[in-house]
Amino acid sequence: MRRSKILYVPFWATYVFLYLPIVVLVVMSFNSGKSAYTYEGFSLKWYGELAADERVQTGVVNTLIVAAGSTAIATVLGTLLAVGLVRHTRSKALDALALMPAVLPDLVLAIGLLLFYGLIQMTLGLYSVMLSHALFSMAFVAAVVRTRLVGADSSLEEASRDLGAGPVSTFVRITLPQLTPGIVAGALLAFTLSLDEFVIAFFTIGNAEPTLPIVIYSMIRFGVTPKINALAAILLLVSFTAVIAGQRLTKIGESRAQD
Amino acid sequence: MLKIDGVTRRFGNVTALDDVSLQIEQGEFFALLGPSGCGKTTLLRIVAGFETPDSGRVTLDGEDLLSKAPNRRPISLMFQSYALFPHMTVAKNVAYGLERERLPRQEIKQRVGEVLETVGLSQHASRKPAQLSGGQRQRVALARSIVKRPRLLLLDEPLSALDKKVRADMQLELKRLQHEVGITFVVVTHDQEEAMSLADRIAVFDSGRVCQVDEPVALYERPRSPFVADFVGANNLFHGVASGLEALRSEKFGMLPGTPLTELEADSAALLAVRPENVELADENAARGLAGSVLDVSFYGGVSHISVDVPDHPKPVLAAVQGAASVQAGAKVKVRWNAKDAVIMAVDR
Amino acid sequence: MKSEVKTRPASRSIGRRLGAFVLLSPGLTYLVVLLLVPLALVLSYTVFRRGRFGGVVYEFTTENFARLVDPLYLDVLGGSLKIAALTTVLALLLGYPTAYLIAQLPRKWKTVALVAVVLPFWTNFIIRIYAWIILLSGPGLVNSVLGTELELLYKESTIVVGLLYSYLPLMVLPLYAAIERLDPQLREASANLGASGFTTFRKVTLPLTLPGVLTGSMFVFVPSFGNFVIPELLGGSKTLMAGNVIRNEFLKARDWPFASTVTLALIAVLVVLLLAQAWAARRA
Repeated sequence: MRRSKILYVPFWATYVFLYLPIVVLVVMSFNSGKSAYTYEGFSLKWYGELAADERVQTGVVNTLIVAAGSTAIATVLGTLLAVGLVRHTRSKALDALALMPAVLPDLVLAIGLLLFYGLIQMTLGLYSVMLSHALFSMAFVAAVVRTRLVGADSSLEEASRDLGAGPVSTFVRITLPQLTPGIVAGALLAFTLSLDEFVIAFFTIGNAEPTLPIVIYSMIRFGVTPKINALAAILLLVSFTAVIAGQRLTKIGESRAQD
Repeated sequence: MLKIDGVTRRFGNVTALDDVSLQIEQGEFFALLGPSGCGKTTLLRIVAGFETPDSGRVTLDGEDLLSKAPNRRPISLMFQSYALFPHMTVAKNVAYGLERERLPRQEIKQRVGEVLETVGLSQHASRKPAQLSGGQRQRVALARSIVKRPRLLLLDEPLSALDKKVRADMQLELKRLQHEVGITFVVVTHDQEEAMSLADRIAVFDSGRVCQVDEPVALYERPRSPFVADFVGANNLFHGVASGLEALRSEKFGMLPGTPLTELEADSAALLAVRPENVELADENAARGLAGSVLDVSFYGGVSHISVDVPDHPKPVLAAVQGAASVQAGAKVKVRWNAKDAVIMAVDR
Repeated sequence: MKSEVKTRPASRSIGRRLGAFVLLSPGLTYLVVLLLVPLALVLSYTVFRRGRFGGVVYEFTTENFARLVDPLYLDVLGGSLKIAALTTVLALLLGYPTAYLIAQLPRKWKTVALVAVVLPFWTNFIIRIYAWIILLSGPGLVNSVLGTELELLYKESTIVVGLLYSYLPLMVLPLYAAIERLDPQLREASANLGASGFTTFRKVTLPLTLPGVLTGSMFVFVPSFGNFVIPELLGGSKTLMAGNVIRNEFLKARDWPFASTVTLALIAVLVVLLLAQAWAARRA
């Protein structure tokens, strides 16, 4: 079909809109001057200052702890839940419930969780953030594993049972290997989501040492310096690499599973 | 009259159409026949306006088509997939083209009603395409195409999505309709039986070129090139050289009787083609014919096909006889035919 | 032998139930404890009085709802609706042509173009907002390129830009999926029947991709409507959205019941919209 040229205007506008701020951000991180707005010359000094910032260091460590813990919980629970939902019930209500944490606005989850932790008088800290992150991460893991499972052949499991394998060994030997690419993709998704999550962490961390997004938030509220740009540039690099690697990985996993 | 003049289209270094020229008369039922990838669909899409040729002209009644946008051409195309709008009812699908002409609502309603009557779908006017059978969808697509009273109707593999039985019915129906509405029909197909039973004239395509344009009977009886002889209907083919007489000189079988369609230079490479129904089975002691043994006999109701293994011939020779065959597999026989029933044609080197 | 064969289905069905229990119970327990109970708490706190330093006093009251319908808060809800709706419309205007063109690209470029749309979404949310502060602030790039000293930050439109930037990828993806599924021959058929490009879009392409439009709109609207970070960082203190009210009442004023009431109002609006969306999608 002939396409109308005018469509290219919003098309390119979208990409410029998406990438212009990022490019400016990265360029400014190499600014030798003090301002985050006016470029004065090339320098890596802000990266040096960043490396020396203890708050950022603790933030990174805390974020990784929370992400690792919540991903572990979410991957196990989400996988079991997906298999259970697809293979053992046809309940639309349970399906909807499993998806709900991914659909509800983060603020609603945050308020609910904070009320709940208050009610049971749990001390807030990294653990409460970890449990909270696992809640929505589980929904994403379950959703990803589900799509994989719906595409998978249930007759393989039946054949395994028919050949005399018990339910546990069927699950471990037949079901799980088929699901591996989905589980890996779900876990990667959960990990990335947790790394970047701000709202729920902000509400449920209490007075503990904050995670990195909260550190950045307070830095911005305090004032704009090229140090934040340096941090932003590094985070951009990390997440771009992770996304592209993840893309490759799931592709390889999928083509292997199809062989 | 649709005139296609020297149309060439290349995709990268693949030539889909190579200097194709055709003339299709008003009111004719014309078929473009060829194996898949021969360029026939590309030609159809050029006429409809969805492809642009690299060179050449296409005119309809003397009027240039190529300079017009697809939606301004007085041509309807029936898609192979039918391309019915899934969100519209049958009536809405059929009315779509008329609404684009901004006709009065009353006239649209009347014409839609008439055409649905013609294709026998009046009962299904308010259904959605998903609720119809394959044959019914085909009729909707047809109704949607003819309701606009186009000067030319293009049909892309119109019957390929139907099962065998419905296909035979629709073949008859297409012919009836074409007589009734008097529109020029151009059908693209890879199925030679379909082309032969439907069309007044057939153009056979091979790798982007037109090999032969003829009426079905002529095409069947007098193929002018080895490709046509092989592609249209079953044929027994023998390679050799022209002998100058009513025969082909074969290295392995000596002189084989046949009629050259054109004057052939003696000793030039040639091909002899003989239809199975013209091959006769004779006793192994018969005076002339090629000796062989029966490989297989298959009974098709009205006719039986007998394949005979002739030593030194790459493929079994096929013979068709009326009714049940009197020979059995393993029998020693001779196959023979009359010179007037076999054609000899030149082979391009 | 015979009896063994007979008992197998029964033992299997018990096994299946056990299997279902083992698989489902951990996740469902987690969902009940950390999702349903907290939501029930939000719901119930709306009818209690506030505690002095956060928390609640278990005394029935309707004063939270009375306060909610105060024009001050209704304005905030209405303002949030307006901002979220504007963001959604802009995302559609940018996202639809983008998704449409991506769907027409050759296979190799399609993936690249799609990843390029999603990539910014995977970077830190706060960082993305920060980037706009750098761009739009007084001495920022936009003003220095234009040679102006415009006040670009801390306006309602700045919030819209921030929200649009954050959630545009969520619009493009479902739209792309819907457009990609569309049979290109339908557009050709429409042209063949005499429709212009615009008519084809209006009569064929748009109606058939409407489910994608609705999904994408929900994906953009929901997080925009409940947002508090973007209005806080880009909107200054002037414009308040519902999310800001919730956050302030909760963490600053420590009025948990009223914060819960605003949260409930937010959920109610979203539920109404989701139902409307489901209804529209079924009709499409």
